[in-house]
Amino acid sequence: MKYLGSISAIVSKDVLHELKSREIVVSMLLFSVLTVVVFSFIFEPGSQFKNEVVGGILWMSFVFAGILGLNKSMMSEVTGGNFSALLLAPVDRSAIFFGKAISNFIFIAMVEIFTIPLFMVLYNVNIFAYGAMPVVIFLLGTYGFAILGTLFSIISVNTRTREVMLPLLLLPIIVPVILSSVQALNIYILGHDPADAVKWMQLLAGFDAIFTVVVFAVFDFIVED
Amino acid sequence: MKLQKPLDIAAIVLIIAALYMAFMFAPVERMMGAVQKIFYFHVASAWIAFFAFFVTFVFSILFLVKQNFLFDDIAESSAEIGIMFCTIVLITGPIWARPIWGVWWTWDPRLTTTTILWFIYAGYIMLRKFIEEADKRAKFAAAIGIIGFIDVPIVFFSIRWWRTIHPNVVQKGGGGLHPDMLKAMLFAIFAFSVLYAAMMLKRVRIASLSRRIDAIGENNG
Repeated sequence: MKYLGSISAIVSKDVLHELKSREIVVSMLLFSVLTVVVFSFIFEPGSQFKNEVVGGILWMSFVFAGILGLNKSMMSEVTGGNFSALLLAPVDRSAIFFGKAISNFIFIAMVEIFTIPLFMVLYNVNIFAYGAMPVVIFLLGTYGFAILGTLFSIISVNTRTREVMLPLLLLPIIVPVILSSVQALNIYILGHDPADAVKWMQLLAGFDAIFTVVVFAVFDFIVED
Repeated sequence: MKLQKPLDIAAIVLIIAALYMAFMFAPVERMMGAVQKIFYFHVASAWIAFFAFFVTFVFSILFLVKQNFLFDDIAESSAEIGIMFCTIVLITGPIWARPIWGVWWTWDPRLTTTTILWFIYAGYIMLRKFIEEADKRAKFAAAIGIIGFIDVPIVFFSIRWWRTIHPNVVQKGGGGLHPDMLKAMLFAIFAFSVLYAAMMLKRVRIASLSRRIDAIGENNG
């Protein structure tokens, strides 16, 4: 249980820090809503094709805002030397990683909670018309994004170019997450057979499980100094 | 490096022989005509690209476990050669697709996966350029080398599902390959494998030499 204790210590540290500064969530939220608004210019107002693309717009706004937040979150760890201090702590290294990943997950989820209602109003779509199942898509997709995003943000802030590397590394690898989340969400937006959405959610769950194990296995090796 | 010269010569001879096999030995395809000849090198390049990334994956794991920098050199070299062959695949594919399918590009699972693969390893190579410390560079690159390769089948399956839910624009022709065409294809794959080995030998040598130069520079500086 010491492992879970370390994770929750890191998460509560990050949440407390964020409650004081509000830097990460507010800038991410503004950016994601802005993306939703700016992307409305790609089609005519009231276009009949609108519903086929809005799911993608919503996810792209999360991905872009998420990249912004991940960089910010990891930069504040590195600039104060806090991350090196955390690694010196006599706890399992992967506990530190999962602590960071869970705080990033919480921050992105916060952004989603505010962006989704605004999105539904602005684009006049009801994602939850067929029940609360889309929540599962958001949870699974955000977790997959957060777990690899956290690892790659640690890698990215250690490069000479700092935050430039994160999207270049992360976007191609999370193609399955983006694709499944958008496709699953589209099924609910367009009112298609929900059984197809379950298939996509299984793929998301599989992706999440595989990369949780892989990151757990490699993290110890890549941070030891 | 006694192996280097015989391998170089073998690669040159085999590639010329593969050209002969593709253009003279294999029959001209009845429907597609001469443009089908690109197929032999396209398939061979694709095979080498995937194999090279697999080598990067294996040696990334070995590096993390054993901490031997030779493994890092091999992983780096293989990724670089892999991305070169991956680029060849992505160029030769559309050249063939344009006259046969009528479009340069289609979002077919294999094409799309190969493109995503290209981006993953382009990121891998860029990352290596942007980290100064050899130790960090090797470890972080190994993480990408491992995660990137595990990701490839997931990318492929997700894109295949995506394309089967949507109607498939381009129908693939049947796989009935003339036996002489099959021979030419297998020979091209063999020739490219030898070429890969010859290039790897040189590239790994360059990598370990530049590592030595860096070490000497650090000692003097």
